[in-house]
Formats: sequence, structure tokens, C-alpha cells
Amino acid sequence: MEENEVVRLQANQLSCIRDDRVLFEGLSFELNAGQILLLEGKNGSGKTSLLRILCGFREPDEGELLWGFDAINDSQYQTDMAYVGHLDGVKKELTVYENLKVSLALGRPGRYSIIDALARVNLANYDDVLVQALSAGQKRRLSLARLLITENKLWILDEPFTSLDKQGIALIETLMIEHCARGGMIVLTSHHDIELHDVVVQRINLS
Amino acid sequence: MSLSNAFFAIIKRDLVLALRRRSEIANPILFFVLVITLFPLGIGAQPHLLQTIAPGIIWVSALLASMLSLDSLFRSDFDDGSLEQILLSSYPASILVLGKVMAHWLVTGLPLLIVAPLLAVFLGMPSHSLGILLLTLLLGTPVLSLIGAIGVALTVGLRRGGMILSLLVLPLYVPVLIFASNAVEIASTGLPVSAQINILISILVMSVVLAPWPTAAALKMSIN
Repeated sequence: MEENEVVRLQANQLSCIRDDRVLFEGLSFELNAGQILLLEGKNGSGKTSLLRILCGFREPDEGELLWGFDAINDSQYQTDMAYVGHLDGVKKELTVYENLKVSLALGRPGRYSIIDALARVNLANYDDVLVQALSAGQKRRLSLARLLITENKLWILDEPFTSLDKQGIALIETLMIEHCARGGMIVLTSHHDIELHDVVVQRINLS
Repeated sequence: MSLSNAFFAIIKRDLVLALRRRSEIANPILFFVLVITLFPLGIGAQPHLLQTIAPGIIWVSALLASMLSLDSLFRSDFDDGSLEQILLSSYPASILVLGKVMAHWLVTGLPLLIVAPLLAVFLGMPSHSLGILLLTLLLGTPVLSLIGAIGVALTVGLRRGGMILSLLVLPLYVPVLIFASNAVEIASTGLPVSAQINILISILVMSVVLAPWPTAAALKMSIN
């Protein structure tokens, strides 16, 4: 990652209205390199809606989002951002390797090769296995492996710890700390208490 | 990694997926064959009538078969979240969508071309118009996939989008149907059909260039 570039994610007075219900309004925050933003709140408080606004899937009803100094609609943001959502985004009829190969073709190649990334998320030797044969936790780790093979500054994670076991959670926490140490940023929602040392964690409670 | 790399990766992915879910290939082609074989049974022993309406039968069946296969274009990607990942890619969504439509045509449109001559012979179509029939199918079926993709992209977020899809898409199929079946009909009388073929070519070029944009935009709306 280029050190000299000033990147930060800035939200100004965001609001989101869904079915005539105000989920949040006047929400502002600033996320700098190496920081994590943890969104908290009850079910239905708009965490996922906020993440989808950050992804560019939804327009905020009011307010603006800036990446560096530009609005996020410009294509640099799309290149810098990666999203792992509720849905794993992997095809169950393809093998683990084929899935990652497509993701790699759609993004910028990153630090890890596909084989290294699979070893990193404890899926080594699974490369020829069809995804439908994997367990829910393994699928989750596979979709998180996508973050390693492509180069993205900002990770947007919606409940990344769902269906992971204790080791899996510890593993993802380590990966997140490493990402921040390299100047990356993370926005995530989680019901799980995360333990992240040496990282600035901002918390926003939406409810 | 470049744009063409991503484009071909999408095509390859969809072809591999289609090979592993064979019903997707078999369904439209079975439907096409079944509908066409039902016509002689319904009309009875009137070979001349059958011969006269053969171009229309083949083209209407091709049109319905292609519409039947449309739903599978984005459905599974929408359901498992792959569509989000494709749209989040830094490459233009319209090009990636074009890749998906192309793979879809290779899987559902191309097989129609392969069986159509055989069915045309069954219906008693003169052999000198078979070439024109194949040409119109070659030019016309990709248009059906491209225009259909816009309709599917708009309705993929709806659980019961099937009826709306046909209402949206069928009127847009009419020009292709008119020019294609007319070309085959004229060809069987031995007259030149270059006018119809040229119009079909221009429709194809226009849809390749123009259809991916609204499709990508509609997909972005649907995943919202």
C-alpha cells in the first residue's frame, strides 16, 4: 500500500429512511488508516443498511460519503473496497480454487496467492473440493480468504464471525489486526465481543 | 489483471457452472423440440399448411424457449451473493454483465441452432431456406438474450417476477420475430432476403452495444 496517499473514509450527516422509518440520521464519522469501526445496535437498527450505503449499493437519503477528498461514486473507491456480507458470495457448484480464481480476476491481485490464502484461513488441501461439500464455517473462511487474495484498503464486513468456531474467530481477528497494521481500514458489525489489541477501535451504537 | 481477463473469467465460470447443472442446458432445448413436435399433431395431416407456417412455428418456439431460460441468468448469482461481488468489482459492470449474457446464450441459444435444421426438415421446410433459418437464429437469439437480460435484471429481486418478465420482454421481441420469420418465409420462395438480414444485423449490433448498460443499472437497483 502506498504510504504517502492520504486515505480516509468520511461520513457527513448520513441518514437512512426505510419504509417511512428513520433508521439513523445525522450520522458522522471519520475512519483513518489503521483503524476499525465497529457498528453496534439491536437487530433492525440499520447496521446492514449502513454497510450497504458504504458499499455504494444504496444511496444515503441525506448526507455524503467521502473517500479521501472525492465522493465514493468515483471508481477508485470501488477498487479500494471489499465487502463480505451475509451471503457468502461463493458458488456451491464450483471448487474452492475456481471460486477464488474468479474473485481474483474481478479484483486487483493482492499479497497472497490463492494457495497461500487458503493455507492462511486453514483451508489448505481443500482447493479441489466443491464448495457444497464445505461446512458453513468453512464457507465463511473461504469468503474471507477473498479479502487476502485481492488488494483492498477498506474491508466492509457484515457479521464476519457468524458460524465460525473459536479458532476461526481468533484467526479472523489476527487477520484484521494484520490488515490494520499495514494501514488498512475495517468497518464491521458484530454481535460477538471482539478482542483487538493495538488497534484503534471506534464504536458507533445505532440504537 | 485486465478487463478482458475478467470478462473471460466470468464466461468461463458460467460455462463450468452450466456444465455442472445440466438441466439448465437441457430444459430450453427440450422445450423447443417438444413444442415443435406438438404442432404437426395438433394440425393433422396437412403438410402444405405445416410447410407454410414452419418459419413462424420455429421462431415462436425459439422465442418462448429463450424466454423460459431467462430466469436462470441472474437468479442463482442473486441468491448466493455472487451478484453483489460482481457489481462491486472495479471493472465496468456492463462489460461483466455482457460476459454473463454471452455465456448464457452459448448455453441456451446455441443448442437451438443445432437442432433447428433437423426440426425444420420435419416440418417440410424446403432445404434451400435452411441456411437462412440458421442465419436468422444466429443473429436473432443473441438479441433475445440481450433484451431479455434487461427484463430479468429488473425482476430478479421479485420472488414472483415470471409474469411481469414476459409482459416486459415479449413486446420487445416482436421486431426480431417479424423480420426473422419473414426472412425465412421469403427465402423459401427463392427471393433475396438481404434487407431483413441487414435489419437483424443492425438490431444485434444495437443490442450488444446498448443493452448491457440498462441491465447493469437494473441489477444495481435489484440488489438494493
